[in-house]
Amino acid sequence: MDSPKYIIVVGCGRLGSCLASRLSSIGHDVVVIDLQEPTFKALTSGFSGFRLVGNAAEFEVLQRAKIAKADTLLAVTGEDNLNLMVAQVARIIFKVKTVMARVIDPARESVYRNLGVVIVSPTPLVAQTFLKQLDV
Amino acid sequence: MRVILIGGGQLTYFLAKKFANAGYHLTVINHDESEARSIARQVKATVILGDGSSPAILEEAGAYEADVLLALTPKDQDNLVACQIAQIRYQVSRTIALVNDPNYQTVFRQLGITIAFSSTQILANLIDQQAEFFDLKSLFPVAAGKVNVTELVLDENSPAIGQMIQELSLPSGSLIGCIIRHENMIVPQGNSRLQAADRLILISQPDQSEKMLVALIGPAT
Repeated sequence: MDSPKYIIVVGCGRLGSCLASRLSSIGHDVVVIDLQEPTFKALTSGFSGFRLVGNAAEFEVLQRAKIAKADTLLAVTGEDNLNLMVAQVARIIFKVKTVMARVIDPARESVYRNLGVVIVSPTPLVAQTFLKQLDV
Repeated sequence: MRVILIGGGQLTYFLAKKFANAGYHLTVINHDESEARSIARQVKATVILGDGSSPAILEEAGAYEADVLLALTPKDQDNLVACQIAQIRYQVSRTIALVNDPNYQTVFRQLGITIAFSSTQILANLIDQQAEFFDLKSLFPVAAGKVNVTELVLDENSPAIGQMIQELSLPSGSLIGCIIRHENMIVPQGNSRLQAADRLILISQPDQSEKMLVALIGPAT
């Protein structure tokens, strides 16, 4: 692995906790942001990063997470719009080098393709996996 | 003019009424069924039930033909995405977003929204300027927060009464844009004298607003 990166994971749901736990266990500095404290229970014992309780829609919360210093930001809350807003703030305002956002609605995903943010849309990926298995 | 309004609550309702009365072609997008019905009953507008940040709903609301889109929901992210999709996909030329977090006012402009206004900021400005001590109205920022426009009525206690404008110690980042006196609009000259009941339209840089007001109405007690 290259030198450890400072990674902010926004949203500690199933996806966020999985990403944060894994990235932290391989040695990166991870800050995970979530609206509610109990959600952090989803993090595995491999997680040795920092937990920040707050609403990522608030600019100040992102500043508290030291977004200006981040190498990577992953916007993976359950809300497409929140992920898109946080991702743009990270990329365009704070010039974070690597920004990825999960966007569940494929219609929105196509509008935001040229943002400099890597958008991951689950539905096409899952559909691919199904179809591959069905061998059609 | 074709206007799309996204939101609910009193602000959306009263704005919708205003636009409908002004003769605009108005579409309101609201995501609550009973509220949508209520607006449809009371306002002359097309009301669409749905999520204003969804491309399909925006298309149904006539985004392709819209001149202006206003996003007034309580969530900044929904307002941002609605405005951006309207611009990028439907070429709506003017998008206006309410921002709840005042820090997002300039950020939204950087992300391409035409106008982002923060009612939090406007109200905070009013409190800071100690509005209760005098007849100060409509302090609002324009030009992305670089300029404040203020409407002020001079009462008879104002130290500026009887003075020529050039004699007032107005700070350099401010000016009296116009004076409304007895229903007439006067373009102020350096030697114009201020009278009681003059309604002044003031233009100032935000950090000069307080000094300007002190010059016109005296220091806050």
